[in-house]
Amino acid sequence: MLGPNLIVVYALLYLGLLFAIAYWADRRADQQRSVIASPTVYALSLAVYCTAWTFYGSVGRAASGGVGFLPIYLGPTLIAALWGTLLLKMVRVSKTQRITSIADFIASRYGKSQLLGGIVTVIAVLGVVPYIALQLKAISHSFTILQRFPEVQAAAVVETIPILHDTALHVALVLAVFTILFGTRHLDASERHEGMVAAIAFESIVKLVAFLAVGLFVTFSLHDGFADLFDKAEAAGMLNPFIASAEHGYENWFSLTVLAAFAVMMLPRQFQVAVVENSGEHHLRRAVWMFPLYLLLINVFVIPIALAGQLAFADSDVDADTFVLTLPMLHQQAGLSLLAFIGGLSAATGMVIVETIALSTMVCNDLVMPGLLRRWKRLPPEADLSHLLLRIRRGAIVVILLLGYLYFRFAGEAYALVSIGLISFSAVAQFAPAMIIGLYWRGGTHSGALAGLLSGFGIWLYTLLLPSFAKSGWLPAGFVEHGPFGIELLRPQQLFGLGGMNEITHCLFWSMTFNIGAYLFFSMRRAPNVTETAQATLFVDALKHERPGGIALWRGKAEVKELQGLAERFLGAERAQQAFRQFAERRRLPGLEQLPADAETVHFAETLLAGAIGSASARVMVASVTAEETLGVDEVLHILDEASQIRAYSRELETKSAELEAATAELKAANEQLKELDRVKDDFMSSVTHELRTPLASIRAFSEILYDDPEIDLEQRRRFLGIVVSETNRLSRLVNQVLDLAKIESGRADWQTEDVDLVELVRQACEATEQLFSEHGAHVTQSTPQGACLVCGDRDRLMQVLVNLLSNAVKFTPEVDGLVEITIDETEAAYRLSVADNGPGIALTDQRNIFDKFRQGSGGTHKPVGTGLGLPISRRIVEHLGGRIWVESQPPNGATFTFEIPRKSADAQGVGENDDQESPDRG
Amino acid sequence: MHRSLLTRQRLVGVFLIGVLLLYSPALTLFDRATEWAGFPLSYLYLFGVWLLLVILAAVTVEGGDS
Repeated sequence: MLGPNLIVVYALLYLGLLFAIAYWADRRADQQRSVIASPTVYALSLAVYCTAWTFYGSVGRAASGGVGFLPIYLGPTLIAALWGTLLLKMVRVSKTQRITSIADFIASRYGKSQLLGGIVTVIAVLGVVPYIALQLKAISHSFTILQRFPEVQAAAVVETIPILHDTALHVALVLAVFTILFGTRHLDASERHEGMVAAIAFESIVKLVAFLAVGLFVTFSLHDGFADLFDKAEAAGMLNPFIASAEHGYENWFSLTVLAAFAVMMLPRQFQVAVVENSGEHHLRRAVWMFPLYLLLINVFVIPIALAGQLAFADSDVDADTFVLTLPMLHQQAGLSLLAFIGGLSAATGMVIVETIALSTMVCNDLVMPGLLRRWKRLPPEADLSHLLLRIRRGAIVVILLLGYLYFRFAGEAYALVSIGLISFSAVAQFAPAMIIGLYWRGGTHSGALAGLLSGFGIWLYTLLLPSFAKSGWLPAGFVEHGPFGIELLRPQQLFGLGGMNEITHCLFWSMTFNIGAYLFFSMRRAPNVTETAQATLFVDALKHERPGGIALWRGKAEVKELQGLAERFLGAERAQQAFRQFAERRRLPGLEQLPADAETVHFAETLLAGAIGSASARVMVASVTAEETLGVDEVLHILDEASQIRAYSRELETKSAELEAATAELKAANEQLKELDRVKDDFMSSVTHELRTPLASIRAFSEILYDDPEIDLEQRRRFLGIVVSETNRLSRLVNQVLDLAKIESGRADWQTEDVDLVELVRQACEATEQLFSEHGAHVTQSTPQGACLVCGDRDRLMQVLVNLLSNAVKFTPEVDGLVEITIDETEAAYRLSVADNGPGIALTDQRNIFDKFRQGSGGTHKPVGTGLGLPISRRIVEHLGGRIWVESQPPNGATFTFEIPRKSADAQGVGENDDQESPDRG
Repeated sequence: MHRSLLTRQRLVGVFLIGVLLLYSPALTLFDRATEWAGFPLSYLYLFGVWLLLVILAAVTVEGGDS
């Protein structure tokens, strides 16, 4: 049913689908419609962490060590919570400096050192090749097992097959072609591969679905759920549920966590997807929880599958590493078996593709380039090097995969899957001190990083890799058992006599001790030099500023043409010219010709090149076409300081300009108000002149008559003089009131604050206006409370208000039965005094502006006499005393003017006194 | 800026909770051969803490948006 040929067809169909997805994503990226610009795709692509080692190996480890495998996923879960700072910093730094690999990152941090980049590359290749071998082994083994379907072969018997017929070799070659197609279709300045990321995200879904499908089948179809499975395992004595039950349980628990936490950031493929392929810093937010969730989901069924496998294969020696595949096979599930195989295939191919792309970039930029650069010093290179770069990378991919195959062929059988994975983890963990400490401590130097890496790597080689060779029979077994030359103290897995722990913990302890120790010791032997200081600042302060600009730390002589020529050679003419044109546009220059050969341009060219050939090589290349002057440490610090000051200034400028805008708006508003006041003033002036002119005109007219005509009779003369006198009175009253109003409005009025009894005030006002009332034949009634109504105010001013209201009221009363009522009401905080008349009332439209200057009630049959300033003055007075005044009227049923003055209390007194004190200041 | 700084600090808090629950003597309280509802206690505890960490991290980074 599932012959070898059919499996190959399915596998190739799956790979074809992957390539179609990658191709489609690349096309979309070219059209600026990226499919990977999504936090979910980013989180899924990080799951390239789960390789065949997870897919097959976790079950194997769970079968032998219970929950002991979990730290490999708990470590990443914990460290993911720190990604908000740690990974963000790495991404920010890498984007600014166009860092394209972990080797480039470390080289760049410690002064763009070619040596450091090369060493990191060597460690990465040596550490990761066994891991690639593991994937090849997983694919070829799962293929071998599946092609015998439905028969489950006991142990995977590896006969010696000729190399050319070895499935693993074919797998390696197919994957090499695939990786070349994915990873090196063109040379990108930022080394991003959108298609590859899309394919990897898809693979993450496939392997999760496949694993969950097998898990659900095993748990709920073969058994009655988790509890049932645990019961059966318990009965069979296979349940190994707790950590302490394993040998060195807690030690492993801790050291594996640390190792995995380092690995998830330091493995070249993780750096590639998490940092280099990151297309937006905000994607990190989702990864912080979604990636751990993915790990959780893919681990839920590991223990059930392990237990079910042990139950099913209790009396045969089927390898626990294959349970994911052999359990469905045992139960004749062809479809599920194939799905499991495809899941394992996707886990393995995903890892191989990303890992080899990342390693090929490192090999090209940090191993091959420096050598080529040295050769080109003697022998000028050809014009266009971009094709050469691509050829180097493709060659590196093939070589790395063949190395993986060779390792698998000659050493791969020595160890179970899990051990190989941990050897790789331990190797890349050596990058952690130089990476992480270097991101937070400025003091780390080139020699410190070099010493740390070399000593850590040395310990790894001695305590893990060489013993693994010994176990494979390449070295005498006595080397591990009795130490080299029989020196017991140097036994590789009990170094300096330290025993009692497993090999991984042992290696982690000694390698980290030597690594961190050497890093700190050599870093602190001398102060960092110029380039180290500059780079340290760029790395350590990466998060301090919203958008870190590339600070141009360069001084010397350069030619733009030469820089551009250099870029053209490595990137191709078209790409380089486009990049330079965009740079000129960013600097707002009309064309390339205007581009000055200053520090900024040189920095730009160097970063551009760094994307293609690595920062260290880029620095060397740029130095070869420019004449750079050396900067001193002080100068560098000065420039960096200046740059941050400039940023501070620009921030300050921003706030200042915002303040300025606010002030301008305020000024505008004030200006509008002034204009309005000016208009009011003009109106007031014209009203005043108009009011003055009317009496003046009649005074003048009657005076002229008297002057011109001496014959005028006495009776007539008396009448005319009477008019003149009354008009003069009106005139002086008007002038007094205008002056009064102006005084109150300007705040120069003299206020005599004292206790005033409103009842007493009403009585006095009635007396003062008695004459007026009797002239109009009107009555006045009072309705006041018993006892005194004390308010705090100016007695004369209040009297002025009351008299004004009374005289207004009496003016509008009808000629017969005129009635004016004065009422005092108490409210909680104030006294309310109203004056009501039975006149014609005030129209609603007039009620609103009756308190404005020169507005007079017009409701009467006769023209009202008065200046039109009485009510405005009254309002000013009442408001000054902390009260308010208003009118209520429903024509033709009279009008009621009411004012309210706060009762005399501690508060009211305060208001009055304050105003008193303020008045002189206003003048 | 302040908002993201706060989120980062909270995430460090989540990290510390994880370290406390998984890598301190607190772990030994649950690392026993006892069963609870048919599940070994240690499995339940480990996966429970794991889920808790995922939820805390999710609430920390996604909760701030609304």
